Amino acid sequence: MSVKQISVFLENKKGRLAELTEILEREGINMRALSLADTADFGVLRLIVDDVDRCVAVLRAAGYVAQVTEVIAIEVEDRPGGLHRILKVLGAAAINVEYLYAYVEQRKAAAVVICKVDDRGKAVSALQKAGIPSISADVLKSL
Amino acid sequence: MIWDTDYETLPRDDLAKLQGERLCRLVDVLYRRVPFYRRKMDGLGVKPLDIRCIEDITRLPFTTKDEMREVYPFGLLAVDLNEIVEIHTSSGTTGKPVVDAYTAGDIDIWSEVMARTLATGGTARHDIVQNAFGYGLFTGGLGVHYGARRIGATVIPISGGNTKRQIAVLQDFRSTVLTCTPSYSLYLAEAAREEGVDLSKIGLKAGFFGAEPWSETMRKEIEAKLHLLAIDIYGLTEIIGPGVASECDRQDGLHVFEDHFYPEVIDPATGKTLPDGEKGELVITTLTKSGTPVLRYRTRDITYLDRRPCACGRTSVRMHRVLGRTDDMLIIRGVNVFPSQIEEVILAVEGVEPHYQLIVERRDQLDELEVQVEMNERLFSDEIRNLESTERRMEEMLYGALNIHTRVKLVEPKSIARSEGKAKRIIDKRTI
Repeated sequence: MSVKQISVFLENKKGRLAELTEILEREGINMRALSLADTADFGVLRLIVDDVDRCVAVLRAAGYVAQVTEVIAIEVEDRPGGLHRILKVLGAAAINVEYLYAYVEQRKAAAVVICKVDDRGKAVSALQKAGIPSISADVLKSL
Repeated sequence: MIWDTDYETLPRDDLAKLQGERLCRLVDVLYRRVPFYRRKMDGLGVKPLDIRCIEDITRLPFTTKDEMREVYPFGLLAVDLNEIVEIHTSSGTTGKPVVDAYTAGDIDIWSEVMARTLATGGTARHDIVQNAFGYGLFTGGLGVHYGARRIGATVIPISGGNTKRQIAVLQDFRSTVLTCTPSYSLYLAEAAREEGVDLSKIGLKAGFFGAEPWSETMRKEIEAKLHLLAIDIYGLTEIIGPGVASECDRQDGLHVFEDHFYPEVIDPATGKTLPDGEKGELVITTLTKSGTPVLRYRTRDITYLDRRPCACGRTSVRMHRVLGRTDDMLIIRGVNVFPSQIEEVILAVEGVEPHYQLIVERRDQLDELEVQVEMNERLFSDEIRNLESTERRMEEMLYGALNIHTRVKLVEPKSIARSEGKAKRIIDKRTI
């Protein structure tokens, strides 16, 4: 259920994101999901990629500050109320969601939610108890 | 290690007597041979015979950098040009350079005070001194060179810059002593780390750093990253170059080699001499130089003096590490701010390397100070609110230290221009 996410510090400057995606293209690194959180001055890019170790190495070599964070990946039914069902479970277990982002997996008619919580172990067991399917890192890679 | 026990541990009464004799001789020479000083003394109504002991120094005129520039190139020469064996000048980036012309005797004094400097950190005959101060008109390179030669150590005159080569030389020659600017030492450490070189394996034992202001926190970082004893050294071209003062291994203030360079601290506004312990502008008189001696030179460096005995055994007065510059001092909303204060705060925040820049702007008649700090991996978080709270925490600490509000902005690593010499820390965009 736990997957590795790469977080990258970016300044809010023209073309800064494109410089990064250019590196990933050149290195043949495929992004599975991403989100960009920003303030007036800077942003944090969060990435799920097919090759975490190489991606981090490549970004650090290019001078970026990059960090690996453990997050959880959850499969959500692609229909109204899909996400709400998960948040209810987490809320009932008193787990805080720090941030989340989602993408739709077209081949499976399912959505994948990437979620950073304050207590990962507790979140995983609460979700399992509620019968909500989670996705392993390997499965995520192959999607 | 004390290089010259006779002079460096002279009882203070004997030292004052020696200084008085040397001052009398100096004033006599300057009055006779340098029209610039004769005019200044006449202007104040002071004659050489009025000066009988070192305390009489307060009756003598000051010398400013601007005055030294006005008499460029040879207006301060106190000997025939034939006697001069070497010339150095200040960089001249802000106007005409200041000329320091040395007789053979002056070079001998310079070698002596630089030997004293290098000996404070234990430099001896068997040491290999990697001298990364620039060679040339700048006094840093040759000053260290002469001192190391006087001791009999091996000098590697690699000069400044060319970082890859510096690292190769460090590894290949196993340098035991490093001399450069403090900011370059960290640049070097960072470059070595990127190349996978373990500096703890080199065998460096001491580093002598100067030519720009630095802080106690920066010293700790240098000592941790370069695995050496970091000694703060002080000097300036207008006086002789490096070799005016140096810390000892107690690292508690810089011993001024006051048998050659007499220090005073004055109130920069009134010119009045301040008591020991009070912060003010450092003023130096060269007691023994013959080529271009200087009376009461206003250094524009802010410090204070401490005449209490030092545990190392030297009897000389100690100056606190330079706290700032009377001319680099920023006045923001009426508050005096020294970049060194800001540096202390930034360095106190764990994990932040001293790569910062201060940007001053005036918006709606109000000065705003933005402090840009480079991001690093220990400081980074995937959560925006943690990054924002880091900024707020630094702002609060800065407010505590400076009593003005600042705006801290985290920027990407290496986005602030690095220089291999002096670090450019301040961008003042105000048009007043």
